[in-house]
Amino acid sequence: MDFLNTLAGWIATDLRLATPLLLAGLGLVIMNRAGILNIGAEGTMLIATLMAVVGSYYSGSVWIGMLFAMVSGALVGFLFSLLTVTLRANQVVVGAAINILGSGLSATLFRILFGVSSNVPLIDVFQPLNIPILGDIPFFGTAFFQQMPVVYIAFLMVPMVSYYLFRTQSGLNLRAVGENPKAADTLGISVYRTQYAAIVIGSMIIAMGGAFMSTGLTKFFSEEMVSGRGFIALAAVIFGRYKPRGVMFAAIVFMAGTVTANTLLASSSQIPYQFLTMLPYILTVIVLATFARSAIAPASLGKPYKRG
Amino acid sequence: MANVLEMKNIYKIFPGVVANADVNLEVRKGEVHTLLGENGAGKSTLMNCLCGLYRPTSGDIYIDGKQVEFSSAKGAMAMGIGMVHQHFMLIPTMTVTENILIGSKDYGAIRLDLKTAANKIAALAEQYHMNIDPNAKVGDLSVGARQRVEIIKALFRGARILILDEPTAVLTPQETAELFLMIRSLTKNGFSVLFISHKLNEVKEISDRVTVLRQGRTFGTYDIGECDACDLARLMVGRDINFTIERKEQGDTRGILTIENLSLDCEGGKKTLDEVSLTVHAGEILGIAGVDGNGQSELVECLTGLRKAGSGKASFRNMDLLSSSTRTIMSNGVSHIPQDRQKTGLVMQMTLAENIILQDYYRPAFGKGGMISRRSVEEYSDRLIHDFGVKTPGREELAQNLSGGNQQKVIIAREISRKPELLIAMHPTRGLDVGAIEYIHKKIMEERDAGTGVLLVSTEIEEIMKLSDRVAVMYEGRVMGIVRPAETTVQELGLMMGGMRQGDVNCRADQQAVADEILQNDIPAE
Repeated sequence: MDFLNTLAGWIATDLRLATPLLLAGLGLVIMNRAGILNIGAEGTMLIATLMAVVGSYYSGSVWIGMLFAMVSGALVGFLFSLLTVTLRANQVVVGAAINILGSGLSATLFRILFGVSSNVPLIDVFQPLNIPILGDIPFFGTAFFQQMPVVYIAFLMVPMVSYYLFRTQSGLNLRAVGENPKAADTLGISVYRTQYAAIVIGSMIIAMGGAFMSTGLTKFFSEEMVSGRGFIALAAVIFGRYKPRGVMFAAIVFMAGTVTANTLLASSSQIPYQFLTMLPYILTVIVLATFARSAIAPASLGKPYKRG
Repeated sequence: MANVLEMKNIYKIFPGVVANADVNLEVRKGEVHTLLGENGAGKSTLMNCLCGLYRPTSGDIYIDGKQVEFSSAKGAMAMGIGMVHQHFMLIPTMTVTENILIGSKDYGAIRLDLKTAANKIAALAEQYHMNIDPNAKVGDLSVGARQRVEIIKALFRGARILILDEPTAVLTPQETAELFLMIRSLTKNGFSVLFISHKLNEVKEISDRVTVLRQGRTFGTYDIGECDACDLARLMVGRDINFTIERKEQGDTRGILTIENLSLDCEGGKKTLDEVSLTVHAGEILGIAGVDGNGQSELVECLTGLRKAGSGKASFRNMDLLSSSTRTIMSNGVSHIPQDRQKTGLVMQMTLAENIILQDYYRPAFGKGGMISRRSVEEYSDRLIHDFGVKTPGREELAQNLSGGNQQKVIIAREISRKPELLIAMHPTRGLDVGAIEYIHKKIMEERDAGTGVLLVSTEIEEIMKLSDRVAVMYEGRVMGIVRPAETTVQELGLMMGGMRQGDVNCRADQQAVADEILQNDIPAE
């Protein structure tokens, strides 16, 4: 029983930690499928972590915080669209700029709004939501149904995004834009409008991931708190072969390494801790070596489209 | 017969360039109307105006006698105009049905009804005798089948006027015959076809009427019965074009390039090159025919040191080509006209002078001690530009600002002036117009007559037949046979290009009958 309890806790932690990665990955999949390569997820998430805290602090509701974060994501996405779609700037360069902007802007705004004092204000944060009946099932309840609401939302979004991309007319049009924008154009699709929409909506979903980090995984903002998850999400999308379910799998596997390392560290095992902290990275390398070769990116990913 | 389409006094002016001036075009219901003109004569611009990608500066378009105006592809489609672009507008990773449904509105607001659409596509395909599986992935289809998908795509959207932009450029002769049958069955059903092509024989074969564009203006519209291929060429270029080529007989000459059992594996175990053995003699043009992507590029890359061969031997004057670097090969008497002039032939952002010395900049003739002597470069490039008749404001012009024909002339000038013993020319005239083709053919023949061995890779059967002393046909990395142009037919070459061995083609007494039979089987009866 002890083992089962540990395992259930392990799964629950893994899913919770995977959620920001999954949300960022889903946002990126939507953009990538429309031909947009956005390495600025890290910066987008950083701004969102702060905005979620700000929203929650001033309104007293963590959901308003989430809304703030999503609006900030939309604005960052709009800026990214303006530069890369309308002005056809290099997407990688703009993405890098967004990362620097996110890091600087979040830190500066934070110091302006909250000062540099060391006491952390108490804000409303996400609480675990025990799903009636399902949450009471032994083992499964603990593992899957005592999560925070955002975790449920993130995992529910997987089939939704998948359905949108592969079963609807709008999703087909979006994929056509990412594969061959000229072809889409000749068939009467507005390439620019499609890419704007994909970037803005994708950035909002990425921002949700950031918001969950400061109001779910932790209870407040700290500088650079996203610590590379925006980049790991880029990798997760490739491992997940640009498919929502694949991204989910990748996010869970990546975080499994971290969770396992933490669990073993806590249980004071005989293995030197250096090896344990290596574990997530070794796992990443193995997954990369196994799956990255078979991932086929949308054909015009990262290439600006010029009409005429 | 009524005109389904009239374009009147069309002007399209880009900043600094008049692409179309006072163009008039009338297309009747149920006819195949060809738009003929050299590169840069304004055909593409005119068609882009017609299919809504450009907006004419002035002029009127009438469909069924009614004036129409549209500024988007959607608008043109709604008027029944469907364009099959030269470079297919298809997405290889999607199925035929998905490709056809992109941008449509009628198949489900939320859930896409792929099944109904697939049924409709299958019905359309059957109606016009096209063999298409709606559920196949486009990436798995042959080029001919992809073209059928493009045509169906246009029909599916209600096109009544089909624009086919150089549709035969990528097809084998058999596929072309199939396409022509399809076109005839469409026109019989009241569709009109606007056909764009450089290949005069095809124009002659398929068209009812021809409109000739010259320098952006309409030169005239003619019934096809009134003119033969020579007339068409003269109309298009404005002067007589020489279709036959003088050939100096060469005595027995030594082999200068010997390829033995050259093989190359690619990923997935399929062989890109499979035991290729060929010999090129001095003063001979060995043509390599074949549909694109059957190992020709890889063969040339192996011979020029750009790619590592799997196994086999290739020697040029006792030099092992397979273990030599490109620099060694090129500096020892080999010249190479690469397949894509814009990607590998020239550096588009560099000047003509710089492009001209790309192969030889390191030689003492152009400077010493790592410094380039401007004067010698200028003299040399001016001389080449003059000798080869490159039309350009000067040697300082960027390569990207030249027309395709002049870009190709720069490459030919660079490679031929190096006085090679072996010239490897890949698609030397691809996409060029008759005048430029004639010039380049003349230059290649001069090289041959001067004793250079030429390996000529081309997908144009006419070019291969006209220039080559011997023709090797490649299919899926293998040489299907080697024939002399005088002793073969286009049919025989076509069958070999489609994968039949020379022996199999010859095995029956009446070769023509076999060819016809196979053609017949491929094409559903009307």
